[in-house]
Amino acid sequence: MSFTPNIQAFCCHYTSQQTLAEGPQGLLADGFPKSVTIHRLVCTGKLEVSTLLKAFEDGADGVYVAGCPADKCHNLMGSQRAAKRVGAIKKALAELGVEPERIEMYHLERGFHPDFVKAAQEMDERITTLGPSPFQGGTK
Amino acid sequence: MIIAERKPLNEIMNMVQDAKRILVLGCRGCVTVCSAGGEREVEILASLIRLGKQKAGQEVSTIEATLVRQCDKEYIDSIDQWDGQYDAIVSMACGVGVNFIANLRPMVKVYPGVNTSSFGGSAEQGVWSEQCAGCGNCILHLTGGLCPVARCAKSLMNGPCGGSVDGRCEIHKEVPCIWQAIHDKLVRIDKADQLAAIAPIRDWSTAGHGGPRKTMRNDLTV
Ligand code: SF4
Ligand code: SF4
Repeated sequence: MSFTPNIQAFCCHYTSQQTLAEGPQGLLADGFPKSVTIHRLVCTGKLEVSTLLKAFEDGADGVYVAGCPADKCHNLMGSQRAAKRVGAIKKALAELGVEPERIEMYHLERGFHPDFVKAAQEMDERITTLGPSPFQGGTK
Repeated sequence: MIIAERKPLNEIMNMVQDAKRILVLGCRGCVTVCSAGGEREVEILASLIRLGKQKAGQEVSTIEATLVRQCDKEYIDSIDQWDGQYDAIVSMACGVGVNFIANLRPMVKVYPGVNTSSFGGSAEQGVWSEQCAGCGNCILHLTGGLCPVARCAKSLMNGPCGGSVDGRCEIHKEVPCIWQAIHDKLVRIDKADQLAAIAPIRDWSTAGHGGPRKTMRNDLTV
């Protein structure tokens, strides 16, 4: 049976400029997978661990964060902070017996860049291979 | 402050395996400052517990709350507002909080969400180091303000032991030998003669070796 993953992407303003420039149709034409929903933020440094966990609670099979290159963040350390939080969730997922690869941090060049599409494709492929989230979602 | 760290999740999930409704209870004191059990950590742990239960295919609901402190009766009293709404409490306060809930609410199932490790301070962002062991008979006036009870691997009263190399402890190479630091400090403040005095054998009964300790202030009791 084919499985279409539910992937939630949290991207900073600078790495996701492509979405603004091209719009959703343009992105699809570039090969951006339909499975990925983009949430744009002013800076990934603003992301809370709880926001990323909530995405899993709400049924995401995979989650990723796209921020600036670690040493070239528009807000100096925002993407480094986000990477640490993603790391903390990887550890927590492993403790719960869930594949830590279901969450990932990408450091991407700012501006209009094909890597933005590549990261989404990589996650789409990875999560499709891993299969549905072991968290059933929905119960609270 | 009291330093603590969240327990491994599998341990916590085991504690709450029979509970369907869980009160995750933080504390605004020390554990908020050391990012182990404040409001933010309560939100994260509650979410992780729900995810763990979802994975196990079990129903769960959580209440998230954070008390001003969990080491005073009047704050513990405020948990009565959730009476009948939870099967168990996971306290993210230090061990004192868990004990206080257990003392004051004998029918409540309360579990520790953190491991309480030491009395310490923030060494740098995200790093805390032990400074005092609460020995109940402070000798910092003799040691230049640096504690050999907590910070010497052997808790020596007449140090150094002779094993330190380049100012590092022979037990933990990454830790400075506190007796070397005490020596340097006393020389610096012109109190090196204190080093010649031999500390007598210590009575450790104040350090908890004589059973649980109690502090009583007659001027404050009612
Ligand atoms: S001597 Fe005792 S009370 Fe003083 S800092 Fe050391 S452990 Fe704490
Ligand atoms: S090397 Fe220094 S800190 Fe380490 S055990 Fe000896 S006296 Fe204590």
